[in-house]
Amino acid sequence: MSAVNPSGWRPKQGAAAPGQPSETASGDRGLSLEEPLIFELAAPGDFGAKCGVDFDEPDTDPSPSLARFLRKAPPALPGLTEPETVRHYTRLSRQNYAIDLGPFPLGSCTMKHNPRLNEKMARLPGFADIHPLQPHATVRGAYEAMAQLADWLTRLTGMATVALTPKAGAHGELCGLLCIRAAQVAKGDARSVVLVPESAHGTNPATAAFAGYRVENIPATADGRVDLAALKARLGPDVAGVMITNPNTCGLFEREMKAISDAVHAAGGYVYCDGANFNAIVGKVRPGDLGIDAMHINLHKTFSTPHGGGGPGSGPVVLSAALAPFAPLPFVTRQADGSVRLIEEADAPADHPQTFGRMCAFHGQMGMYTRALTYILSHGADGLRQVAEDAVLNANYVLRSLDDVLDAPFAASGPCMHEALFSDAGLAEGFTTLDIAKGLIDEGFHPMTVYFPLVVHGAMLVEPTETESKAGLDRFIASMRSLAARAKTGDELLKSAPHFAPRRRLDETQAARRPVLAWRGDVAASD
Amino acid sequence: MRYLPLTPSDRSAMLATIGAGSLDDLFVDVPAEARLAGLVPGLPLHASEMAVDRHMSALAAKNVDAGSVPFFLGAGAYRHHVPASVDHLIQRGEFLTSYTPYQPEIAQGTLQVLFEFQTQVARLFGTDIANASMYDGSTACWEAVAMAGRVTKRSRAVLCRGLHPHYVATIRTMAQFTGDTVDCRNPRLEPLPDIAGVIDAIDGETSCVVVQYPDILGRVTDLAPIAGAAHAMGALLIVVVTEPVALGMLEAPGNLGADIVVGEGQSLGVGLQFGGPYLGLFGCNEKFVRQMPGRLCGETVDADGKRGFVLTLSTREQHIRREKATSNICTNSGLCALAFSIHMTLLGGEGLARLARLNHARAQAAAARLAQVPGVRVLNETFFNEFTLVLPRDAGAVVEKLAERYVLGGVPLARLYPGVSELGTGLLVTATETTSLEDIEALAIALQEVLA
Repeated sequence: MSAVNPSGWRPKQGAAAPGQPSETASGDRGLSLEEPLIFELAAPGDFGAKCGVDFDEPDTDPSPSLARFLRKAPPALPGLTEPETVRHYTRLSRQNYAIDLGPFPLGSCTMKHNPRLNEKMARLPGFADIHPLQPHATVRGAYEAMAQLADWLTRLTGMATVALTPKAGAHGELCGLLCIRAAQVAKGDARSVVLVPESAHGTNPATAAFAGYRVENIPATADGRVDLAALKARLGPDVAGVMITNPNTCGLFEREMKAISDAVHAAGGYVYCDGANFNAIVGKVRPGDLGIDAMHINLHKTFSTPHGGGGPGSGPVVLSAALAPFAPLPFVTRQADGSVRLIEEADAPADHPQTFGRMCAFHGQMGMYTRALTYILSHGADGLRQVAEDAVLNANYVLRSLDDVLDAPFAASGPCMHEALFSDAGLAEGFTTLDIAKGLIDEGFHPMTVYFPLVVHGAMLVEPTETESKAGLDRFIASMRSLAARAKTGDELLKSAPHFAPRRRLDETQAARRPVLAWRGDVAASD
Repeated sequence: MRYLPLTPSDRSAMLATIGAGSLDDLFVDVPAEARLAGLVPGLPLHASEMAVDRHMSALAAKNVDAGSVPFFLGAGAYRHHVPASVDHLIQRGEFLTSYTPYQPEIAQGTLQVLFEFQTQVARLFGTDIANASMYDGSTACWEAVAMAGRVTKRSRAVLCRGLHPHYVATIRTMAQFTGDTVDCRNPRLEPLPDIAGVIDAIDGETSCVVVQYPDILGRVTDLAPIAGAAHAMGALLIVVVTEPVALGMLEAPGNLGADIVVGEGQSLGVGLQFGGPYLGLFGCNEKFVRQMPGRLCGETVDADGKRGFVLTLSTREQHIRREKATSNICTNSGLCALAFSIHMTLLGGEGLARLARLNHARAQAAAARLAQVPGVRVLNETFFNEFTLVLPRDAGAVVEKLAERYVLGGVPLARLYPGVSELGTGLLVTATETTSLEDIEALAIALQEVLA
């Protein structure tokens, strides 16, 4: 019998009122539904008893030449019929919070509404059911869609060209650094150090190290920005470039970005910009005007392709004229006659000879290009500018509606951009940012980004995005004010929050100390 | 603008709360010379759903979609029937519009799916464990090579001749920047893979041997002798599976000595999508867990003792370790992993085996029929659902001619190996459960006409 909850747990929530039940026989409580693993749903010992797909019978036996390669038994994986499958995943889905359910104010993640037109367009058979290696003449519309996205991205950023293929933001960072490296090698000027501010996303130093660079930190000023003087002092012939996030992860625009770029260029380096926060400035500022040489654009942030519980992402990299010749393959380019070409290995020696190579199979995240292009066309130049303005307005509204009850370390430096940063200063002894976050879960909101950026103690980074209405923000602010008051007065119930979620706080220490990464119920039973 | 909820009066009220006079006042930190006074020039304004639908549909209509013609392409991206319920379920907003499950109390749906997915992948591959997915097969393959370097403290990778050339190129690109050396040569048009050559290339500096199974020409490699030779020299065996349906029939690489198994999961649930987004699969021996890249989901309990799932062992990852992380990967392919997992749940192991037999049967039928076309020869001694034809002339031109007849007849090896003249007559042909006997007949007739 597949137990609903093999741990033996049964729901119990406070003392039952007289005459009211406190437990249920099923383990479920009304619409709060528990769900076993698929391995527990299938018939024990008979995983092949059910199947949710009907097939034609094969009309021939396997080729005799294959006999010695055949597996002795099918993989030990359970099959379920369609109704059981639909129910399993639908019940599981209800244990997830999502942007479709309410605000998801994760700083630096840009959880905005995912328009359903994007999903519909990406599923047109002419986009969804084409193969990347079809003859070029049979996929002209796909190349044109890629080129139109490329046109928008280069114009919105004021850059020379774009490498579309990187599969996510971190992959885009790698693409940018490899372009920088290739450009310097081509000049006979290979360098060894990349400078990264302390407030950077973890992917920045990880990427630089992966690309073979030594990473050095750039200090920040007291107002939360890059220390230009310290940066200038460190520049030299060993510095390949800098990786700067602008707007930065403190939610602030780097006012001296152009001066930073000029100094780096003067020292023979290049400027990589982490474009995770492009949503704050799309249509308002072109990174190309600030001297940026390379910047990835997370299509899953600014351009609304769905995050899907952790990907797939897409991280096209816009490049300056200096770095354009080194862009990876395949490379989409528009010809003088308006037609579009996909330059692959065959044509690269003649038409894109300095490319640093290929970063992945095929042509990148086409399914994300079509969604992003749909979003961009829906908004247009005017709508995208309004996106940035509303995103920044919403963040400042949150900042000024909470800075009297929560410490906002950079509030005095002026307006924030698209995210508002708070610290844990002033909370009661023993109360932390984590308690506020878990309290928000009970309030029906997804928590903000916590403990990032590292430069602020107990950071809480709130990015409401342009998706939230004023009424929605007012509800969020009311919950945050309530939580701030409870954390300052030492409400012990907050320390054990969440109380109303599908799970209470989970034991992460046990998970890491004795990792259980796969179900082995049948293995244990047969031992 | 249908996606922007703030009204003009909301904006005024909010500016008043903030104490700013205008929206532009909020951008005061942007130097004036960098601030655009108006709209970015040369770009159109917002458009209705209907207008955007019309624009995108017109672009899509310029492509020949696989379902509309006899279709025989593979080479690392395969067309399979995806049950209708898969696409319905992945569009549940709670899956589609959720984030990486950093707050596990309200992300158990995604986390349990990842735990089930990891188990499915590990069992399919015959490995102890699997991670929560990578970008795609090619990047998973590179990550496996990098991981083998960390495990063995060596830096020379030996790649079999039959490894997908895009995977080889990805490895070569990355190796330039990490100092790894890569030993790899192009395949030859021979009925069996070159096992002796791979074994000969292994030396005491070799970190890993990378073998594709089945290989780029569709041939099935005997893994056991390579595993033995690699292990004897202290190297790891990495097996690459670009067509996971094959593992419904073929023995799992983990049961044949592979230390790391990576793959492209696109065949199940994801669809062709012109090459992406796809799904990197990554499984390995449990003793290497702390050297693995990517996210891992593990089982634990909550404060009430209730079973639950969390992302775990994150001290390997960039957001904790920064420049000392095992990989810079952050985003993975969560939604594609969900699609894969749902499709696998509908199939089960027995269903996957039936699906595999059907694929193989269609490929056998195609190979038998195409071998009757005058001048055409089937190269392979072994194949699963993909095989190489040797044509009497340049296959690239033949494929163009077939496309003019509305037959998408396969992938010419010249597309994958440009300028390699000895492969120019090779045509890679794939048949799956979606290939009908009528499709096969249509290709045979068109091929005969084009070659006549």
